[in-house]
Amino acid sequence: MADRNIEKVEYWRWEESRWQNPEITDWRGSLVTAGVDIGSTSTQAAIMADGKLYAYASIRTGSNSPSSAVDAMNWALAGTDLTPEDLRYTVGTGYGRVNVPFADSTVTEITCHAKGANYIYGPTVRTLLDMGGQDCKAIHCDENGAVTSFMMNDKCAAGTGRGMEVIANLLAVHVEDIGEMSFRIDAEPPPVSSICVIFAKTEATNLMRSGWSKEKVLAAYCHAMALRVARLLERNEMRLDFAITGGIAKNSGVVKRIERLIGAEALRTDYDAQIAGALGAALMGKALYEKKGGKPR
Amino acid sequence: MIANYGCEDGSGIYYIRIDTGKCGDCQLRGCVGGCPQELFVIEEDDWGDEMAVVREDRRRTLQAVCAACKPQDRPPDPLPCQSACDRQAIEHTW
Ligand code: SF4
Ligand code: SF4
Repeated sequence: MADRNIEKVEYWRWEESRWQNPEITDWRGSLVTAGVDIGSTSTQAAIMADGKLYAYASIRTGSNSPSSAVDAMNWALAGTDLTPEDLRYTVGTGYGRVNVPFADSTVTEITCHAKGANYIYGPTVRTLLDMGGQDCKAIHCDENGAVTSFMMNDKCAAGTGRGMEVIANLLAVHVEDIGEMSFRIDAEPPPVSSICVIFAKTEATNLMRSGWSKEKVLAAYCHAMALRVARLLERNEMRLDFAITGGIAKNSGVVKRIERLIGAEALRTDYDAQIAGALGAALMGKALYEKKGGKPR
Repeated sequence: MIANYGCEDGSGIYYIRIDTGKCGDCQLRGCVGGCPQELFVIEEDDWGDEMAVVREDRRRTLQAVCAACKPQDRPPDPLPCQSACDRQAIEHTW
């Protein structure tokens, strides 16, 4: 009889992470602010001391957004000797921003991503593509990271982190391997035609049945996703420098295809581009705390 | 800031574009009462300045919501929302 207890592999599950800045050994005397970005698929918490990144954690969003916020913040705090009481001002952002129980205020993810990208990539960023779990946004910003225009397309999950996770599960490929695998092809296949993740799933299944390799299907899916966001970028006008934030920024299969389509290279960073929203929220926390004369709320 | 609210799908590109820099010292707020579908609301931006935004629950269905104002044979120019905004802050992409 077959073993019915075979562990189910969750191919969509990406690695949760935590980082702490080794250059900050003592935060005392600094203005410590925090940001929490609750997205539909991931939650990040970032802590800054005097506007310098001190620590962050990135976890999967659970079924309960407030506890995801608490878990992410506790993990970011672990290893520092900070306690939650040491956070002078905390900003919630993202799709679940109203569900950060310890936030002093909320700020839209558009503002936070632009601020975060300005920190991560530097003041030359003028066009930002935020590819989140459930939508993607094209944002223009100035040298201070202030938003000058934005356009978002949230009609459907294709072209988003969630869409990529669905395809990872369908093809039994770990989500973090998709980018590299999508280049193991002889020639670039045409993009999958569907812009809806449900139909893209059906189309991918049919392509596999007709003899396409997983690599070729992944290439077609990354191609479709890149086409979709390249159109959004062009619609909102491309200004250089250009950068990408959000989980998909780590998927080379999509990033390189976007670069090919728009004819410009995205800026690279050693930071995790997925934390831009939380980082920008922590920076907004500093600005709002100072604007309100040093008083939370 | 130029804010584009809406979406695109296989059938077209449906965004309402608002130049929110013009909303700050707008006294009349004509957009709020001027749209028969009550698409516009006034909200504070992240810095506490007031601006018009398109209601979040309507952004995915703008094509259908605005259809009554845009008969295909004879679309009015300007649209009711544009007439109501005396600062010319509103544009449509379709
Ligand atoms: S009427 Fe025009 S300028 Fe005034 S709030 Fe509405 S969109 Fe802004
Ligand atoms: S076209 Fe009509 S329904 Fe659409 S925003 Fe303008 S006034 Fe409102």
